[in-house]
Amino acid sequence: MTITADHIEEAAYHIMKKAAIDIPDDYLTGIEAMADKETGDLSAFVLSAMLDNYRAATEDRRPMCADTGLPRYYVKIGDNADMKSMVALDAALRKATANATHDVPLRPNRVHPLWRTEHNNNLGINAPEVEWSFEPDADWIDITTVHKGGLFGSDYRMLFPGDGIDGIKRFLLDTLIAFGKRGLACQPAIVGVGIGGSKDTCMQLGKQAACLRVVGDRNPDPEIAKLEHEFKELGNSIGMGAMGFVGSSMVVDCHIEVGYTHTGGMPVSVHTFCLSSRRATARIHSSGEITYRTDPRWFTPYMRREGIT
Amino acid sequence: MSQAATRNTHHLKVPVSASDIAKLKPGDIVYLEGVVYTAREGVYDRVLGKGQSLPIPDLAPISNVNFHCSPAASQSDEGSYIIGGVTATASFRFSKWMESWLDLTGTKIVIGKGGMPKDDYANILAPRGAVYLTTVGYGTGALLGRGVVGVRDVFWLDDLGIAQAMWMFDVKAFGPFIVDSDLEGNSLFAQHNDAIADHINSLYDGLKPPALSRYGETDDRKDEVM
Repeated sequence: MTITADHIEEAAYHIMKKAAIDIPDDYLTGIEAMADKETGDLSAFVLSAMLDNYRAATEDRRPMCADTGLPRYYVKIGDNADMKSMVALDAALRKATANATHDVPLRPNRVHPLWRTEHNNNLGINAPEVEWSFEPDADWIDITTVHKGGLFGSDYRMLFPGDGIDGIKRFLLDTLIAFGKRGLACQPAIVGVGIGGSKDTCMQLGKQAACLRVVGDRNPDPEIAKLEHEFKELGNSIGMGAMGFVGSSMVVDCHIEVGYTHTGGMPVSVHTFCLSSRRATARIHSSGEITYRTDPRWFTPYMRREGIT
Repeated sequence: MSQAATRNTHHLKVPVSASDIAKLKPGDIVYLEGVVYTAREGVYDRVLGKGQSLPIPDLAPISNVNFHCSPAASQSDEGSYIIGGVTATASFRFSKWMESWLDLTGTKIVIGKGGMPKDDYANILAPRGAVYLTTVGYGTGALLGRGVVGVRDVFWLDDLGIAQAMWMFDVKAFGPFIVDSDLEGNSLFAQHNDAIADHINSLYDGLKPPALSRYGETDDRKDEVM
């Protein structure tokens, strides 16, 4: 049996709905732990209200947040997956987006950047984004959707080798404080830090680190894993909690991804996912069976090209 | 919800009376019942920028609550509206419109995300008997969606789209909202920003300065920056 466009559309539609409505377990557990530790009374009130909101969303089958972001996809195609047409796959993703936008409903956020015109269905020029990757020795296709707000909480800076870890910390603080004020970053959030690559790769890695890794996951490089922990502690020591109120709840977890970069530079990007970290993944097996989960498992050893020198 | 029980909580009818507004203190919790209207840049630009009339000439007796919001909504085949989640959008972007808008509409409660620029509370809102409430989170889209019991009307939907149209929601137990500002122009956000700022310099202690600063981080145009 082959994987058809109908399978893809069914899976993509389902994850659009699931991502918008159901808080991922890893994130929920992370927020519950932060709420227990939060001593700022307003920040604690906010976290408690958010926990109520997750329950209401699941009970009512309605989106956790009305800003359903810029819905987009990450696709990982097994090398042995039996899918005839990649153009049909892409078309199915677009169709599922439009249908889910109407049915869930998702807010039709997508507009032309200059003319502000829209189709009320989250489709448009270069929208939704679809990122592609591949996996050896696999006969499935994984599709992950992420709904992430688009305005605040991310930044990029070209640092230099001489800036070192201090420079990264400085930039991380700059970004978290700037966007944490008044809660524009919708913290506490999963924070993704992209280090290296070319400028665009740096942005991409940081965003994927924030959106495609679960709370508690650690980078396989033990030194980077230590930095992840250190950055998380640094963020939570700012003195700022949910909505920018006095408190300690800023970073639920920090994930770092790196890419080999230009010898003269050290580009860094920082991204904050949000209090309704919306992600869902479907695996379409070559048998046609579809299974669902909330861990995208995007950064496989092959994805990071571990061991390749 | 244990923390909610310990906070001063108000259940207010819309249109909200001057005496109800006078009772609100920064950090209090508010739930609303009545009619709430939405307006963001599309509506302000149309009315205040282009000079078009309000779709309802005498708005305040129906609703004096302006929500900086756009819903996750769609229209069913029969023409009714499905409202899913409801959350606010960042309010400070609308600062330039607020003075004229409050004068034109008689709005007394502004609800949104993130508050207004610090000076707006004392200079624009308080003198007009108006206060700012913030949504929680951001945001409690499902809880607020539950609070919308009907769509009374929607204006300019075809021209502005779902996200920018002016919606009139019938609401009940609509909240929670946190009171940001009072009639003296105090702001919870401003108070907390100030409290946090005192500690921030110490976070940077011991971190070496950037190898190269950015153009825009200095006013001296001769500085060595990139």
